[in-house]
Amino acid sequence: MTSVETKPPRSGEAGHWGAEVRSDLHVAFESRDSGGIEISLESRVAPYYGSAILDQTREVLAELGVEHARAVIHDEGALPFAIGARIETAVRRAGAGAGLGKRWLPEQHPSPPPSPKERLRRSRLYLPGSEPKYFTNAALHGPDAVILDLEDSVHRDEKDAARIMVRNALRTVNFGTTERMVRINQLPLGLEDLAEVVGQNPDLILIPKVEQPEQVAEVDRMISEIRAREGITRPIWIMPILESALGIENAAQIATASENVAALTIGLEDYTADLGVAKTPEGHESQYARSRVVNAAHAAGVQAIDSVYGDVADMDGLRRWGEASRAIGFEGMGCIHPGQIRVIHEAFQPTAAEIAKAQRIVAAFEEAQSKGLGVVSLGSKMIDPPVVNRALKLVDRAKAMGAIS
Amino acid sequence: MSEQLELTENALRRKVPATVNGKQQVPFSGVGKFQPHGRKAAPPISSNKDYPDTGDKRFPDLETALRKCGLRDGMVISNHHHLRDGDKVAMMALEAASRLGVKDLLWFPSASFPSQKSAIDLMEEGVIHHIEGSMNGPLGDYCTQGKMRGMGVLRSHGGRYQAIQDGEVHIDVAVIAAPTADFFGNADGSHGKSACGSLGFALADSIYADRVIVVTDNLVPFPCVPWQIQGNYVDCVVEVASIGDPAKIVSGTTQITRSPDRLRIAEFVAQFLRESGIMKNGFSFQAGAGGIALAFVQYLKGLMKEDGVKARFVRGGSTKFLVEMLQEGLTDYILDGQTFDLDGVKSMANDSRHVATSPFTSYNYHGKGNFASLVDAVVLGATEVDVNFNANVVTHSDGRLLHGIGGWQNCLFSGCSILALPSFRDRIPVIVDEVTTLTGPGEMIDVIVTERGIAINPRRTDLLHAVMGSKLPIRPIQDIKSEVEKICGGKPARPKLGDRPCAIVKWVDGTVLDTVWQVG
Repeated sequence: MTSVETKPPRSGEAGHWGAEVRSDLHVAFESRDSGGIEISLESRVAPYYGSAILDQTREVLAELGVEHARAVIHDEGALPFAIGARIETAVRRAGAGAGLGKRWLPEQHPSPPPSPKERLRRSRLYLPGSEPKYFTNAALHGPDAVILDLEDSVHRDEKDAARIMVRNALRTVNFGTTERMVRINQLPLGLEDLAEVVGQNPDLILIPKVEQPEQVAEVDRMISEIRAREGITRPIWIMPILESALGIENAAQIATASENVAALTIGLEDYTADLGVAKTPEGHESQYARSRVVNAAHAAGVQAIDSVYGDVADMDGLRRWGEASRAIGFEGMGCIHPGQIRVIHEAFQPTAAEIAKAQRIVAAFEEAQSKGLGVVSLGSKMIDPPVVNRALKLVDRAKAMGAIS
Repeated sequence: MSEQLELTENALRRKVPATVNGKQQVPFSGVGKFQPHGRKAAPPISSNKDYPDTGDKRFPDLETALRKCGLRDGMVISNHHHLRDGDKVAMMALEAASRLGVKDLLWFPSASFPSQKSAIDLMEEGVIHHIEGSMNGPLGDYCTQGKMRGMGVLRSHGGRYQAIQDGEVHIDVAVIAAPTADFFGNADGSHGKSACGSLGFALADSIYADRVIVVTDNLVPFPCVPWQIQGNYVDCVVEVASIGDPAKIVSGTTQITRSPDRLRIAEFVAQFLRESGIMKNGFSFQAGAGGIALAFVQYLKGLMKEDGVKARFVRGGSTKFLVEMLQEGLTDYILDGQTFDLDGVKSMANDSRHVATSPFTSYNYHGKGNFASLVDAVVLGATEVDVNFNANVVTHSDGRLLHGIGGWQNCLFSGCSILALPSFRDRIPVIVDEVTTLTGPGEMIDVIVTERGIAINPRRTDLLHAVMGSKLPIRPIQDIKSEVEKICGGKPARPKLGDRPCAIVKWVDGTVLDTVWQVG
């Protein structure tokens, strides 16, 4: 090396390593003024993917406009999308590379079909945005949606890293037909999240701790801008989370703040904290709030979705919660462990008797239609139009759930 | 080891040494193709006149007993792994041999464990020449680094019995750890503070070794019943303070996996048994003590109850989950080769329907049949499997020797051999083009169950038909493989293996199935 370093090296780190870490890596990056790229790699999978990791590292650095640097990598079997995200995070933290516009994107997995506004949303599985190991197989467990979470499950010092990780996951991880949701941070931080992830076609954005309709409008505006700029035609729905007394009081205005709001949901941990009461398995303390969310959602013609059930070992409690939740008008709830998905789906499925009754009503309705009759009757009873509508909806949902063919 | 080794190619095109540790080998010639000849081995005829009429064969310590048994340079000394990682007797015996100044022993354990890693020091000092037996952890590493003077020989539990019985391995002195024994040498594993269940792994040694020493920490007055090991084979009995660490002999808590992916695999396996019609009244199965296997048993129990189905017998490795099945009337018997937890040990001691078995009854291929082929389905693991359903259980894909064969090969003779595996570990795909070390021929492996789907060996058209129309995700093995390679960012590079054999893998009939090559 003949040139003389004039500036102190700038450095940045990202990721995790160690015996307990799986499917992640740690990158220590140091920007230099000369000398090209120097990489030191230790990897659990070195015999199989050592040279692939080195190649990818060079590719990512080149893409980011890094010419001279040292990268020390400890890999614990991370997949390529995670490797790229960690390197990019370390480079950005070092203030290196050719600037903000530069990023490395993993191979694009074909996007699933666009998500209809009224699709089935019985279960949405939370995945911490900074834990790539949970992403790859999440959809196998059959949730209606996954939530790549940038908010409460991500440490405040890791927000930048999680954002990049989630962006890469949206682009490359095969989530099958599972709806891909992202929970952004509270505004204004959430706007930075949007800037990173909206370009990768999420199906729905969850906005936490919404108290005013303006917050929804602001998110909606930013999404629209990015969609227009990037030429995205797929819909991106919005689900505001109401987590405070004020948010609950404003539920109706929030639900109608944008035509892109597809559902309204409630966050009970924060809500009960706001009230200063304990969150109980029976949930009496949140009865009013939950009913209000259901009512506001239905008034606005959007779905009402319940909170999560926190005890992953208590399947009976979860089932009771889910059944009670459906009984008051919720259409789904969150889950924090794949083991909860099946129980939730069963809890939100109409009973066989309900389905059979609805099918009889629908058959009677269709018969009346074909005969050109304005009045639907079943046996000796006349069936009111709202009952017919409810039956049609229930049969549709039962079909979507696979309860009937 | 500087001798030039002649390599031959066996029936599955694997290069194997023609001679190992000075002994001529028979290369694998196909499943059921090798025909043995001759008569079984036998120890010398002994006479009661050389043993005390009182029946008291006690010696004050192992050194005296080993001296009495005539241990000398170059002999074969054997131990067993029924105390698993808690065993103290093997190292006690080897260290006693070391103190006697004996060199160049062939150590012939039924399996070795990480707690016996100081055997490495004894190899460095020349006390042990080499190991024939499964080598786990540090000993496996030592072997694949090419540091052992002789070549390792890996055998299944049944293969070990076969090798002893057929005289391929002649044991000079067998040292058997006994949780309970009397002074005559009758020994039992199901009672005592170090209780472990069955002593079946030591059965062949007791019958065929020239000399047999029983070491116990629970000496009871004659008779010790049940006598899983018969004192009539035993030369010496040594009483010690402790034969093992009870905490490591049996795990107090065998844990079902909590990984959602592994639970999914376990549930698929259970559903497969139902959908394929294998799960029917009077059926039988075997599953190990791994997290997936335990979860499988729980799911299967649920399905059996739903369908009102009862098994005739289940094969252990027993755990509390099998014991519960017995107690709930879901099976008539547990036929148990080894016992993994305290519930299993207690059950064997107290319930006559929980029966101790041995590699002779269960696994020996040179017998007049064995129980393994009577089992309807077996659920096993593997480190790798290839597109032809060949599987590897002994080495990791990088060629490092890290696991024993156990009863794995023997179990493949069941009616339906199922490998239950995650489709990738960290970033490493489990389904490969060709396994690093062939431990089980693909023709013996029927079903691969992963979290991404179930692959059925195309040879098993009966199974393919049986599950047709079910909701199970049946997929071609290549399909799962390509999906995983896409996730992992391409095919893994092939490990760079050396050209020097450091161990061989025997098939159940004593022929050589594959070679473990030196790494690094």
